[in-house]
Amino acid sequence: MRFMVLVPGSPESEAGEMPSTEALGAMTKYNEELVKSGVMLAGEGLHPTSRGAKVRFNGGERTVIDGPFTEAKELVAGYWLWECASREEAIEWLKRAPFDGGVEIELRQIFDADDFGEQLTPELREANERLRERAAQN
Amino acid sequence: MTPSATHRAIDAVWRIESARLIAGLTRIVRDVAVAEDLAQDALVAALEQWPESGIPDKPGAWLMATAKRRGIDALRRRVTLERKGELIGRELEILQQLDRPDLAAGVDDVQDDVLRLIFMTCHPVLSGEARVALTLRLLGGLSTPEIARAFLVSEGTVAQRIVRAKRTLAEARVPFEVPGHDELAGRLSAVLEVIYLVFNEGYVATAGEHWIRPAVCADALRLGRILAALMPREAEAQGLLALMELQASRLRVRVGPGGEPVLLADQDRARWDHLLVQRGLAGLRRAEKLSGALGPYSLQAAIAACHARAGSVKETDWPRIVALYDGLAALTGSPVVELNRAVAVTMAFGPEAGLELVDSLADEPALRGYHLLPSVRGDVLLRLGRPAEARNEFERAADLCDNERERELLLSRAVACGA
Repeated sequence: MRFMVLVPGSPESEAGEMPSTEALGAMTKYNEELVKSGVMLAGEGLHPTSRGAKVRFNGGERTVIDGPFTEAKELVAGYWLWECASREEAIEWLKRAPFDGGVEIELRQIFDADDFGEQLTPELREANERLRERAAQN
Repeated sequence: MTPSATHRAIDAVWRIESARLIAGLTRIVRDVAVAEDLAQDALVAALEQWPESGIPDKPGAWLMATAKRRGIDALRRRVTLERKGELIGRELEILQQLDRPDLAAGVDDVQDDVLRLIFMTCHPVLSGEARVALTLRLLGGLSTPEIARAFLVSEGTVAQRIVRAKRTLAEARVPFEVPGHDELAGRLSAVLEVIYLVFNEGYVATAGEHWIRPAVCADALRLGRILAALMPREAEAQGLLALMELQASRLRVRVGPGGEPVLLADQDRARWDHLLVQRGLAGLRRAEKLSGALGPYSLQAAIAACHARAGSVKETDWPRIVALYDGLAALTGSPVVELNRAVAVTMAFGPEAGLELVDSLADEPALRGYHLLPSVRGDVLLRLGRPAEARNEFERAADLCDNERERELLLSRAVACGA
């Protein structure tokens, strides 16, 4: 199963400050371990929100809001994509990450058709697929 | 944490740590069987203690320290119990090895140990089946019942294969090392073969009720990713991983709602796993950069990439696929490759040319009893507008096929040919 790990932003990341050499070293080592254990599929850091934008949807109206955004707790500064055998394995990996200072890192499982298990009967699965096809034609 | 939650967490720690633990212990005691026993003892200790104490901050280091301490204690106890204070020579040696400070255990060394262990469990002195079982057990962290399920054999058979394999390695004094330059290519190809065999068992189950088993593919992918990361300069390690990622990208549409096989031509390409496609294509680029002439896995990855890049069967670059199969046939001389090449030739240059190639393979001993030979012939005949003969071929293919789902597909293709 696949997981996304969301790393929140901080005043430093929002100011565009690069982490210290020491912190970068620790993170590189951790990433290396993830790769050499066959866990990491992808992972990137994000620029500060001052270089991003939001688009607000309202009926037919589209409003573009330029960064920076202030609600720092909701900002994402980076992410990983992992392939793990279980939620527990993903948690164990996350516990090894070099973070500190009360920061909270969020782990989310990525949806897969198998997640519906037996509740998704062949009939339902087919209906879902028809929906997808129709959605693709729209 | 509830006891069952702790047990699930211990399972997770074991999956992460077991290969490194067993590899590190093998370096110390120079015997995989002893190393695995010590690692298992440490796991038992974790199962006893962690539900009370919680999971330690550095579970890997805890397991290693516990494995060594328990090993030393057990051997010392035998010294006192047997009064005479005599251990047989080998046991004394193990005691000394465990008791010595482990100066070599730097972080990089741990990764090297895992690589050494891979070359050991895939050593040519072992039979193919033994290599697969031992690799999944020691590097994949799979239990004996899990391996038995993956290969549809009894647990007893797997257990016996593993015990015998460990004995063979000890008797043959197989060294714990990455082979030197002269030997490396051949030994690496044995490792790649083991991983791809596991993958294929999940991708096209040779027998049984299900046509694919994604969990088995996932185990192979993980091993492939580990190997590719540990040997970043080996083109074929990158090539095999690229091949598996590209093939696995189609897994979710390879079976229909009722579990029936869905062939490439009928797959909904929008639902391929595009993250895996991208990873596969990137892996192939790495392999191409590393090698002058592509090896067999990289060539197969290049063929899979032609499909991955195409929006449909019609848009596929079939002449390029034929050329890649030419290269693969020249390298492997495999009749199965020739058969695949015949399919590509049919698509690129028409069914007459394809039929000629298929018929030239009719007396090939290696393809006798191989269900895909009549299946391909049936397909080519159908394209030539000869449905009665095609029907015969599909029926013959169904007779030869051991997988129930695939047999059903072949029979339905026979029926679709009409009378």
